[in-house]
Amino acid sequence: MKGEPAVLTGQHFLLGDHACAEGALAAGCRFFGGYPITPSTEVAEWLARRLPEVGGIFVQMEDELASMAAIVGASVAGARAMTATSGPGFSLMMENLGLAAMMEVPCVVVNVQRGGPSTGLPTLVGQADVMQARWGSHGDYEIVAYSPASPQECFDLTVKAFNTADHFRIPVLVMADEVVAHMMERVTIPPAEAIPRVERKRPRQGPGGNGFLPFKADDDLIPPMVHAGEGYRIHFTGLTHDERGYPAITAPAHDRLVRRLVDKVRQKAWEIVEYEEYRLEDVSVVIIAYGSTARSARRAVGLAREQGIAAGLLRPITLWPFPGERVKKLAERVRAFVVPELNLGQISREVERFTSLPVLGVNHAGGAMMPPEPILEAIREVAG
Amino acid sequence: MSRQEIRLAGYGGQGIVLAGQLLGKAAAIYDGKEAVFTQSYGPEARGGASSADVVISDGPADYPLVSRPDFLVAMFQEAYERYRPEMVPGGLLVIDSDLVKPLPDEGPYRAVPATRLAEGLGKKIVANMVMLGFFTAVSGLVRREAVEAALRSSLAPRLLDLNLRAFGTGYDYSASDAPPHPTLSPAGGEEKGEGAPGVRGKAA
Repeated sequence: MKGEPAVLTGQHFLLGDHACAEGALAAGCRFFGGYPITPSTEVAEWLARRLPEVGGIFVQMEDELASMAAIVGASVAGARAMTATSGPGFSLMMENLGLAAMMEVPCVVVNVQRGGPSTGLPTLVGQADVMQARWGSHGDYEIVAYSPASPQECFDLTVKAFNTADHFRIPVLVMADEVVAHMMERVTIPPAEAIPRVERKRPRQGPGGNGFLPFKADDDLIPPMVHAGEGYRIHFTGLTHDERGYPAITAPAHDRLVRRLVDKVRQKAWEIVEYEEYRLEDVSVVIIAYGSTARSARRAVGLAREQGIAAGLLRPITLWPFPGERVKKLAERVRAFVVPELNLGQISREVERFTSLPVLGVNHAGGAMMPPEPILEAIREVAG
Repeated sequence: MSRQEIRLAGYGGQGIVLAGQLLGKAAAIYDGKEAVFTQSYGPEARGGASSADVVISDGPADYPLVSRPDFLVAMFQEAYERYRPEMVPGGLLVIDSDLVKPLPDEGPYRAVPATRLAEGLGKKIVANMVMLGFFTAVSGLVRREAVEAALRSSLAPRLLDLNLRAFGTGYDYSASDAPPHPTLSPAGGEEKGEGAPGVRGKAA
């Protein structure tokens, strides 16, 4: 099928959702399994047209459980694979997200947040899935979650999500929100050769030999990844397993495996963490905001500065791992933190873990973008 | 021009959203500015009020939403009545003169019979492009060439000619000597735009 190339090098005026889709294609994603749900539908819609153009596969699954299972399967078969969903669908994906974590299968999930719980606000913005992103599936695991604040970041961070997923052999989340997903802005797509690409680590030894251990990790705690159908004897299971990949239902085996799954990410957290700083020089009040709310916060910083208050913004680009060390460092020289978010207090709890200074939440349950004014009010309150 | 907020409003099916997207694209891709496009997003597929918001600025547009439009384009009476009170004082109102009847105390505004001109071109559905052309001319926010480039890179080739003609018709109307629409015949009042023929004064 003829069409446009996989990497649409150039400048475009794109919807956030479409930018996520183009980011996936540019990253080499060639499989999407999903179930359309507002406000993420445009991701699926776009890829349904684009994937066949570039030799990829788009499958509309029967639900979100199957969607998540499909991308895990596609990834085991060697493809870069993604799904996109929102609130209720994200909940349904939690079980197989854990499966991906346990089997160390890289994949990318875009969750365009809307108001919850349950069906909530199908067409309106929310940011209340932040803790679900961290802890949503049962058991201990580490997750990486990016938070785009613009269509450009929808593109860039989706590319990055694939690289992080493949490097660590983990599921990675792109936690967009409805405002960012449904706004159009300029998106600059670099030439194909300039798109960063991190390959999966692959076994050094070919199939056929004896004693190959597909889940034996290297010093970085990451085992090279074997794909289905390459000739290796490989067994993937959600059960606790040993280095052969076979079930090992014992306390020592479980502790060894889960500790490794967690540590392979945790020991590199400082490499993964990303944030943006805005006017943090000479600052006394630091706003910590992410996604669309960070854009209101940026405006609030300007308004506060006009009133003579030294406010600045720390914008986590990775929600998980959270830039807690940066918060700790800032806490040495500021008066207070203000944490606006479209939920009733999620990232503010994380901030509190890293400082004993006052942390003032600015909270709304969602349904509309956070305006700058209540953030400004909070800044004034803590500035005294 | 640090930050300008534009709201285009009409009813579903008039192509308001496309006009807004093209305006944003023209500014962001072809005119060296920053632009954000948003729209109110409801469950309805068509009909009812439709609006498209564009913020154009020289620097990064942090807050992406329109709260107090500097420019209001109304292609429907209800849209005019609903959004007019939110405009900043001294903002520019632009209307489809056949579809919107301004209140008696309305200040200066610009008007174009966009839908009628589109019918004259053979397709009522290009009224949005007539309006976009007119708005481009009277607002001065984005260069004509930039908007035309946005049309060329966004529309299917078979639709391009008609849409460009519609855009040009609206653009040129702003400089024409087209007489005021009889039902909206204004009298007196201050003028905006240094006596340009399309300017309407305050209604008597």
